[in-house]
Amino acid sequence: MASPSTRGSLALTLSAYAVYAFLYLPLLIVVAYSFNDSRLNAEWVGFTFDWYHKLLHNQEMLKAAGNSLIIATVSAAIATVLGTLAGMALHQFRLRLLPGLVLAPIAMPDILMGVSLLLFFMLLNMSLGLLSIILAHITFCIGFVALSVQARISGIDKSLTEAARDLGATPWVCFRRITLPLLAPGILAGALMAFTLSIDDFVITFFVAGVGSSTLPLQIYSMVKIAVTPEVNAISTLLMVLTLALIMLVSRLSPAALRGS
Amino acid sequence: MLEIKDVSRRFDSFVALDRVNLTIAAGEFFTLLGPSGCGKTTLLRMIAGFDQPDDGDILLDGRSLIATPPEQRPLHTIFQNYALFPHMTVAENIAFPLRMAGCAREEIAGRVARALEDVRLPDKGRHYPDALSGGQKQRIAIARALVNRPRLLLLDEPLSALDAKLREQMQLELITLQKEVGITFIYVTHDQGEALALSHRIAVMNGGHIVQVDEPSRLYGFPNSRFVADFIGHCNLLGGVVTAVQTGDATVELDGLGTVQTVIQPAAGVAVGRRCTLTLRPEKTHISTTLTPGEEAAHFRGVVHDMLYLGDVTVYKVELANGMIVEALLANSAPGRARFFEVGDAVEVAWRLDAGHLVME
Repeated sequence: MASPSTRGSLALTLSAYAVYAFLYLPLLIVVAYSFNDSRLNAEWVGFTFDWYHKLLHNQEMLKAAGNSLIIATVSAAIATVLGTLAGMALHQFRLRLLPGLVLAPIAMPDILMGVSLLLFFMLLNMSLGLLSIILAHITFCIGFVALSVQARISGIDKSLTEAARDLGATPWVCFRRITLPLLAPGILAGALMAFTLSIDDFVITFFVAGVGSSTLPLQIYSMVKIAVTPEVNAISTLLMVLTLALIMLVSRLSPAALRGS
Repeated sequence: MLEIKDVSRRFDSFVALDRVNLTIAAGEFFTLLGPSGCGKTTLLRMIAGFDQPDDGDILLDGRSLIATPPEQRPLHTIFQNYALFPHMTVAENIAFPLRMAGCAREEIAGRVARALEDVRLPDKGRHYPDALSGGQKQRIAIARALVNRPRLLLLDEPLSALDAKLREQMQLELITLQKEVGITFIYVTHDQGEALALSHRIAVMNGGHIVQVDEPSRLYGFPNSRFVADFIGHCNLLGGVVTAVQTGDATVELDGLGTVQTVIQPAAGVAVGRRCTLTLRPEKTHISTTLTPGEEAAHFRGVVHDMLYLGDVTVYKVELANGMIVEALLANSAPGRARFFEVGDAVEVAWRLDAGHLVME
């Protein structure tokens, strides 16, 4: 006979599984159909790697993937540097406007960001392409990196940097040997987050992309407009695996893991 | 060696330090003692270089330190929470000041090993700080601060995070260590017992001022103010007015009690008609049921109001005729001690002519 508490925990477990199912079942279906030996997403016919094989010979898709990787790498790198500086400034100075200015792009609707960036680039007479996409991605990634770095920095004991100075470190050496290593998990988490956000972004990219600068999400969208082919399933699966791997890496980042102890 | 000259520091409208003057000699174990907010930590941070005085100067061997950044001052600080770098091993922590000073790799290894032996933790070099106990962290922090032989060591309440037993042990270790290395220690604490136990000299601070600078025994025996008498140890404070001054002693009319004679110190500024406080230590205040005329200079009747049995001694709180509570200490091993007094017992408190110490208001 089950006691009230075990019945309670059983209900909790069941509802947890229900939520997981709700969240991940649609994704699992995409994964499953990407290995389905049929052009139709209707019934299971048999296992195949065909669609992945086809993907490797799809020039447009490869180009889009290449663009996405370039954009994500460059914009994540620049957003990480700027976001780290912003995060440190948020912690160090009590400026009234700064938090709002840094964090607003996080809360701003993507569509608004996309439209305004497009107008801005037009105003500057800038041609749309990789550069415009990278600039756009940097703007919305900075806030996320800044948040991550700020959370980390406020957990660092101020006496550590004072101790470093006290023991003979100049401000720069203190930053490099004490502050930076202690901030590293926050910076890395922010960088990975920026990379994932950039590689997955559709709405903003849609507005600021030009001819020949299509990214993976844009490419998938244009293919889906015709039909959801198993090829789309395959590329979606790959994108999903990459994203999940990065997210897992972010959540695993703890000081102990970084130190290797 | 270290001179603090007219140092003031204000935070907005709050005056943290008000024209503080101090001279600390080489090799001294000097303590800044005071309640929280008295300015002791602010002063220590200025000596370390983490804060700048608004006015005044800090001189080391006659040269101003004000323009020198913390990393170039020949002194180190032990922080309250030890401030060991969590991402470095114990050995790397101790090596840090040596690396900053540009020592050769082989020399660093040797000195780190010796420093670890000095604090009796020779096999902890490869551990990370979070694997150490509080006492071990404390020792590593000391080893790190002393490894490159600073002129001065500043200690900011370094024992406050340790439990009572360990604290006492570390106090003894600090005394021994200071004697061995001969480096000047400037110690900040709010714990008067710790200050008395450790220091050669103590500066008692209150409200941004230095109230008294003296050796522990003189601070305890001859406080210069009500504040010091009350802050250092337990003390009965009896208010009154000086009615007569003779050579060596004075007559004081205690509020609501009557007149007493008391020995005075030459430089106490005692003058007829001035308000004063007779400070009287509980261990010099006798309690008995019978009058002991002759020997005692002052005796007053009272009733036991409260008692605290502390094992070695019992503290009696006696209510006097004017409603004041006076503490008297009685050793439980006192010879001929027949019985304990009970709450409500009529007793007499008495003290000798030289038991009290008079401070002017």
